[in-house]
Amino acid sequence: MIRIENIRKSFDEVEVLKGISTTFHKGKTNLIIGRSGAGKTVLLKLLVGLLTPTSGNIWYGDVNFCNLSKEEVRAIRMEVGMLFQGSALFDSMTVEENIRFPLDMFTNRTAKEKLDRVNYCLDRVALNGSNDKYPSEVSGGMQKRVGIARSIVLEPKYLFCDEPNSGLDPKTSIVIDELIRSITVEHQITTVINTHDMNSVMEIGDNIALLYNGELAWEGNKNEVFESDNDLLQDFIFASPFLKRLRNAAVKNGSI
Amino acid sequence: MNFNFLQHFGRYILFMRTVFSRPEKLSMYYKETMRQMNDIGIGSLTIVVLISLSIGAVTAVQFAYQLGSSLVPRYYIGYVVRDITIIELAPMLTCLVLAGKVGSNMAAEIGGMRQKEHIDAMEIMGVNTAAYLILPKIIAALFVIPMLVSISAFVGILGGYLSSVPTGLMTGEEYILGIRSFFDPYNIFMMFVKGTVFAFVLTTVSCYQGYFVKGGSIELGQASTRAVVYSDILILLFDYLIAVVLTM
Repeated sequence: MIRIENIRKSFDEVEVLKGISTTFHKGKTNLIIGRSGAGKTVLLKLLVGLLTPTSGNIWYGDVNFCNLSKEEVRAIRMEVGMLFQGSALFDSMTVEENIRFPLDMFTNRTAKEKLDRVNYCLDRVALNGSNDKYPSEVSGGMQKRVGIARSIVLEPKYLFCDEPNSGLDPKTSIVIDELIRSITVEHQITTVINTHDMNSVMEIGDNIALLYNGELAWEGNKNEVFESDNDLLQDFIFASPFLKRLRNAAVKNGSI
Repeated sequence: MNFNFLQHFGRYILFMRTVFSRPEKLSMYYKETMRQMNDIGIGSLTIVVLISLSIGAVTAVQFAYQLGSSLVPRYYIGYVVRDITIIELAPMLTCLVLAGKVGSNMAAEIGGMRQKEHIDAMEIMGVNTAAYLILPKIIAALFVIPMLVSISAFVGILGGYLSSVPTGLMTGEEYILGIRSFFDPYNIFMMFVKGTVFAFVLTTVSCYQGYFVKGGSIELGQASTRAVVYSDILILLFDYLIAVVLTM
């Protein structure tokens, strides 16, 4: 579980996050949603320690992440996996070398043990046999899956995903969402996903936090989205005229 | 401007402290160091040899021209080519060239990794990126660049021979006599001191520029250019300081 308390972040004079408090639960897919510029990426970077909050606390279980030394932060990061928006795969390494990198760096496993673990992760993301391909030789969706495989290779307790569906077609997006969700439940990981993909919200939104202009505007789960009378949430979820028509039709039919 | 300089200097010192911290896993650093040695050493050999050959050849011809028909013995050409190459031209010109070739490459490589979020990805894995990405480059450079400098000195002296003996400026015996005259081993020590200091300067300055790059491809290009310009300026400055300190 990750708990954030009154997190504020300013860049020079501009306050990007204005006192956000929420909890990301273990074994659930926790979504941070919001329009571009709402502060989602800044919040995610604060959570993984790539940025330091101006004030407030971030608790990983009972440990206050904001009061740790660099070495202690690195120790926590051994329990963290992250999937980047652009996958951030190392271009000069093959798929296998990319996934093996954390094992090479932090474990003393034998070559066979490492290969077994890499193959298990590749199997988990349905990319068996892609070991020797380079990132440039696989599609965007496959790159995301390799990114997921790399992020789970050290069996993390926390998984962060920055817009995992960006640039993917709807079908592939669903595959990625399902993959993240099943890994989260299977390994009881605390997963935090930064997204503005509405399919993800409705499919895997176990716990949703809506950011608006640097503030927490709404919190709930996918089942509460339709019932909420929060205008900011409704404006965001049903932003397009098409979705608005669909929603009105559903309300008319009594489906929601 | 002054504040900017102090800010960068302070950040550079803190950066070096992080770079020289304990490696996570020595075998990974060893592999990376070997790769860097190959890139810096083998990858730069051709250009270093070509430039050194030219330096030696031109120095010999120009000095012969300066002597003209004076009473100074011709073998002095060999002596001057040897000393000027060992003391000054080999370390300085080799490192200026390497700042352009290796330094800009390092800045672009590390800056590109920063922009593609590779550095962030490693940081989140728990890797000390400053150490993992930069320490192997520094170690490789400290080993390989002095070697390149000594190859440069040897090839420079050979260049002097090739430009003066076959063309009839002097005989082979005179040239050999020249390069064996008044030899002071301390000059070799000076050459290695310069090579080592310049290697450290060009590697750390270039990596610093790449590591802290912000923005897009234009900023990456600017960082790469700054890496070369600042490395060159510092090499020239340290060249003077080392000359003063070691010849006092």
